[in-house]
Amino acid sequence: MSDKIRKVEGITKESTEALIAETLAAYPEKARKKRAPHLGANDPASGSACVKSNKKTVPGVMSARGCAYAGAKGVVWGPIRDMVHVSHGPVGCGWYSWGTRRNMMSGITGVTSFPMQFTSDFQEKDIVYGGDKKLKVLLEEAHDLFPLAKGISVLSECPVGLIGDDINSVAKTSAKELDIPIIPCNCEGFRGVSQSLGHHISNDTIRDYIIGTREYAEPESPYDIALIGEYNIGGDAWSTKPLLEECGFNVKSVWTGDGELEKIAATHKVKLNVIHCYRSMNYMCKVMEEKYGTPWVELNFFGPTKIRNSLRQLAALFDDTIKEKVEAVIAKYDPIMQAVIDEYKPRLDGKKVMLLVGGLRPRHTIGAYEDLGMDCVGSGYEFAHTDDYDRTAPEMPDATVVYDDPSEYEFEKFADALKPDLIGSGIKEKYVFQKMGIPFRQMHSWDYSGPYHGYKGFEVFARDVDMAINSPTWKLVKAPF
Amino acid sequence: MRQIAIYGKGGIGKSTTTQNTVAGLASIGKKVMIIGCDPKADSTRLILHAKAQNTVMDLVRELGTVEDLELDDVMKVGYGNVKCVESGGPEPGVGCAGRGVITAINFLEENGAYTPDLDFVFYDVLGDVVCGGFAMPIREGKAEEIYIVCSGEMMAMYAANNIAKGILKYASSGKVRLGGLICNSRNTDREDELIMALAAKLGTQMIHFVPRDNQVQRAELRRMTVIEYSPEHKQAEEYRTLARKISENTMLVVPTPLEMEELEDLLMEFGIMEVEDEAIVGVAEAAA
Repeated sequence: MSDKIRKVEGITKESTEALIAETLAAYPEKARKKRAPHLGANDPASGSACVKSNKKTVPGVMSARGCAYAGAKGVVWGPIRDMVHVSHGPVGCGWYSWGTRRNMMSGITGVTSFPMQFTSDFQEKDIVYGGDKKLKVLLEEAHDLFPLAKGISVLSECPVGLIGDDINSVAKTSAKELDIPIIPCNCEGFRGVSQSLGHHISNDTIRDYIIGTREYAEPESPYDIALIGEYNIGGDAWSTKPLLEECGFNVKSVWTGDGELEKIAATHKVKLNVIHCYRSMNYMCKVMEEKYGTPWVELNFFGPTKIRNSLRQLAALFDDTIKEKVEAVIAKYDPIMQAVIDEYKPRLDGKKVMLLVGGLRPRHTIGAYEDLGMDCVGSGYEFAHTDDYDRTAPEMPDATVVYDDPSEYEFEKFADALKPDLIGSGIKEKYVFQKMGIPFRQMHSWDYSGPYHGYKGFEVFARDVDMAINSPTWKLVKAPF
Repeated sequence: MRQIAIYGKGGIGKSTTTQNTVAGLASIGKKVMIIGCDPKADSTRLILHAKAQNTVMDLVRELGTVEDLELDDVMKVGYGNVKCVESGGPEPGVGCAGRGVITAINFLEENGAYTPDLDFVFYDVLGDVVCGGFAMPIREGKAEEIYIVCSGEMMAMYAANNIAKGILKYASSGKVRLGGLICNSRNTDREDELIMALAAKLGTQMIHFVPRDNQVQRAELRRMTVIEYSPEHKQAEEYRTLARKISENTMLVVPTPLEMEELEDLLMEFGIMEVEDEAIVGVAEAAA
């Protein structure tokens, strides 16, 4: 959280509200009424959300949102590397979500990791007669082919919910027969308003099928922690996990980036859960707190300022050994980070960025931009809830525009008015803004780059932001419209 | 080619009525195809003298895909050169029978089952229109004529009225019309008058009153229609009459379904339902 309220020149509550009013004016009355509460001017002092969220997208506008299946497969379950993840239903959902999130995996493919595409590939006959028998055969085959897989997740696509395939009962029988955990996840895409429900459903399945079913082999230590909501996008976890280890912690498991099923299952034994992506995994942190008394703390590993604050916040919960190590780590990396800032800040100082990402980065990355001298002039989420927007208020400068699940039109309109030097959003938005002549970074998958987390990640982040904004390309192209 | 769909409450005798009527049409020289749209697949057994016909969906399951299926595999010819197809589908409680109907009808269309020499296509549809799949036969370009099989029993009439509501929905967007009610008698009091009164309220007709006769069951034991089993029997004549009436029918209407109260009033008028006493609603026997 930032200490003082920041202002951006030219942005006032009045100017932002006028911009919102002008944007909404283009809508028919009904859509205007629905969209109005989702757009607001930030009030950092309030510390609370200035917009409504987690509501159904208004029909007729383009939304960047995904579905419950996307939240389950792409976010929570998919990154666990030593399991087979089955997309149950027609082939497309599994195929087009294969590897697209860039959650990287270590291990040997087919032996210790399974970054493959498994699907029950529904045909007409499976819809009509049900896919449960086929699923049972598939589970047997997957286990025969990959006996070292520690478990199998079954992720329902839409038709499974429509025809009422009882995947829970198949999973139960097969788990017994094959003697491995098989987790049925009823994450049909049509459920809920966004991928957010898929995260919640997946957390619930971890609660019901996984947590507490294993123990760590090594003896417990007071420095055992777990890193929750770290998905190893572009290798993020390979930056944060060693960093925490350098600080003296035993990172017993990572949820779920490059994750291992049995380590996740034993996480109830750790002393503290460190959560990064709050939106997708706060549910399980709360479950572990209630059921096992495990406390949790929400940290931010983007940019040296936030990392420094986070590490100290973490150290404050432990003894002097940790505190000393943390200070030593900070002292070690501060000059390295300063060198990065010294290199890039002169070219980025005063530049403006607008964000529209999923459920975390629209607030968590702001500090990293600020470390480089940049201002965030607008931010919004695809699928955040009120508690996310509460947490966003103090991170953003005063009176900047906040947009929840914005339509393509709203986003373009805001960009047109605010003239950002960089937009950080997803693949659906990328080419729209590049065609407008605005530099862009794909901030879901780090645009084929990464990691961006931790000290190691900041170097890459700073380089990429500089590369996007200061590329000479932009001087050579002129939008014809 | 006239495409006709037969609907009605489960167990009311749709399949028996349809097959006997179709046999009646065949006996007066009409070319007919029956498409059974019920996973039970019992819409053609009296025509084919078969226990169970190979269904479209069963073969699809066996072969893997619809594309591998040939029309000859699923279309059988029975009494009076009546062509018979069963859509088939899953056991109760699994999968999606409605999708089975859609898949089967699409297959028949794509593979030229609807030949121009056919005078009639009959769809014998599962009792309750539980989802979109069972409305497939009355979608645009398919059956435009519907007959509802009913009797003078309360639930059969409720069902008939509900089906009329479904027809109304499709009638407003397409060409589907109600051709009439077929009363398959259960020997209740003043049954013919009651069904005629219901038909009038629905804006349609009772196209025929089929009396109850055990000859139907005797024929069924040999997996035959009455028309084929005992063409001279008076019950055979009833079905031939129904066939002729349908063949000559020009009264095709957009139905005017009844409000629940209106229907209940009608049932009370005929003494099928007792006049409601609000004072006893929700009061258990012991408490009364």
